[in-house]
Amino acid sequence: MIIGAGECGGRAALALRDLGFEGPVTLVGDEPHLPYERPPLSKEAMTGEAPAIKTITTDALLAERSIRHIHSVRAAAIDRAAHAVRLSDGSSLSYDKLLLATGSVPRKLPMPGLGGRCVYLRTFNDALAIRAHLSAGNRVAILGGGFIGLELAASARKLGATVTVIEAQPRILMRGVPAEIAEIIHKAHEAEGVKVLTGQGITAIADDGPQVGITLGDGQEVVADLAVIGIGAVPVTALAAAAGLAIDNGIAVDATLRTADPDVFAAGDCCSFPLAVYGGRRVRLEAWRNAQEQGALAARNMLGANEAHAAVPWFWSDQYGLTLQIAGLSDEGRAIVRRDLDDGAFILFHLAEDGRLVAASGIGPGNAVARDIRLAEMLIARRAMPAPEALGSQAVKLKSLLAA
Amino acid sequence: MSDWVEACAAGDIDEEDVMRFDHGGRTFAIYRSPEDEYFATDGLCTHEKVHLADGLVMDDIIECPKHNGRFNYKTGDARGAPVCVNLKTYPVKVDAGKVLIQVG
Repeated sequence: MIIGAGECGGRAALALRDLGFEGPVTLVGDEPHLPYERPPLSKEAMTGEAPAIKTITTDALLAERSIRHIHSVRAAAIDRAAHAVRLSDGSSLSYDKLLLATGSVPRKLPMPGLGGRCVYLRTFNDALAIRAHLSAGNRVAILGGGFIGLELAASARKLGATVTVIEAQPRILMRGVPAEIAEIIHKAHEAEGVKVLTGQGITAIADDGPQVGITLGDGQEVVADLAVIGIGAVPVTALAAAAGLAIDNGIAVDATLRTADPDVFAAGDCCSFPLAVYGGRRVRLEAWRNAQEQGALAARNMLGANEAHAAVPWFWSDQYGLTLQIAGLSDEGRAIVRRDLDDGAFILFHLAEDGRLVAASGIGPGNAVARDIRLAEMLIARRAMPAPEALGSQAVKLKSLLAA
Repeated sequence: MSDWVEACAAGDIDEEDVMRFDHGGRTFAIYRSPEDEYFATDGLCTHEKVHLADGLVMDDIIECPKHNGRFNYKTGDARGAPVCVNLKTYPVKVDAGKVLIQVG
């Protein structure tokens, strides 16, 4: 049984069948939709004529593979002793193995005054509601200069809205993105006509009329027709906590994604796990590929594979014509080596004190950095210590370093 | 259907690499394997229409630059999430140092 029918839960259900499991598979989700991809919600789904949902499966395929999908229902409680889950519709289901893929939800802005014009983006229905407000001439304030906020800002500009991004930190993308790359993204937004206000805390919000007024730390007021709050996400752990499972910035699991209960696993945004490539440092990742990989890994381990997570974190963001890709966790690095590619694209390689490559952050037009970031990811996985001169020279193919 | 089209010179592609080739309003990806053979597929990933030629070739796999969808470029077989639709492949031959594909 799988609780959470997003990318992670959906992939896990399909993977169980791919692996030849023939017992019953039940996927429970609180949204009305089939499992779908969330990354497009701030990008293509927002700018397309009619926002389209990109599902990862179909009703027919689920039926063909005997996967029962219970939608629009929450899991209310887990009785681990009885191996049963009570659902919000009052029914109860038993399980042999349980996977929690409950995901994350937007962090709430802890301020009074928020009304119907202050919204969050997590689900397809959220995206539809926001899309309805993004049109030429409308004013949109984005609270938070992180990925969701910036991708949404780019989409809103594409639709002709007037956009202001408000970030409390001294720069955008403080978490996980090197300053050199954040600056390029900042400039791209300004070039596209977005007003980016950094180092600006919010002191008051008035959202009780047809528009929302946001008062900033320096006293200026931003008036908008819609405010979208994108200040991070928090893991959905209440169900697990109530069932007595350990929470440590997410549902705590071991390297095989198993909780302290041998029959309960957790995967994706909702779990924290030891990351082997950094000596078992406990992390929680909010990323599409991680959700997919961990869903598949949890499926293998529910069937007894006992396989440890070994992947290197990876994510991307698209804004205007630029794509950013990061492999690894750059805060593990102490030194940076820059490699310039064609068309203004470049990659920053992050090296640990001992010279080990621990992360690579790249930005450029289209998919200019993709291939080298992928190779960097393989080098990181191998704990390679490539010569900085080789990393910095475009003449040296990264693939040749893999062979070394 | 003997519509062979010259795509590039054999030396234009490194071993274990890929190149984009546009023809007749369509886009293709031409591969050179580590064993020095040539192959061709549709140029766009079946997941989100991304140019595969920006991706990485490892052995007989091409990996999409966007979301790491993997295909066997020799057969076109999709190799797992997020891709589930196979790539179309095209016959290729090398003649007098030129790579020709039958775009059909």
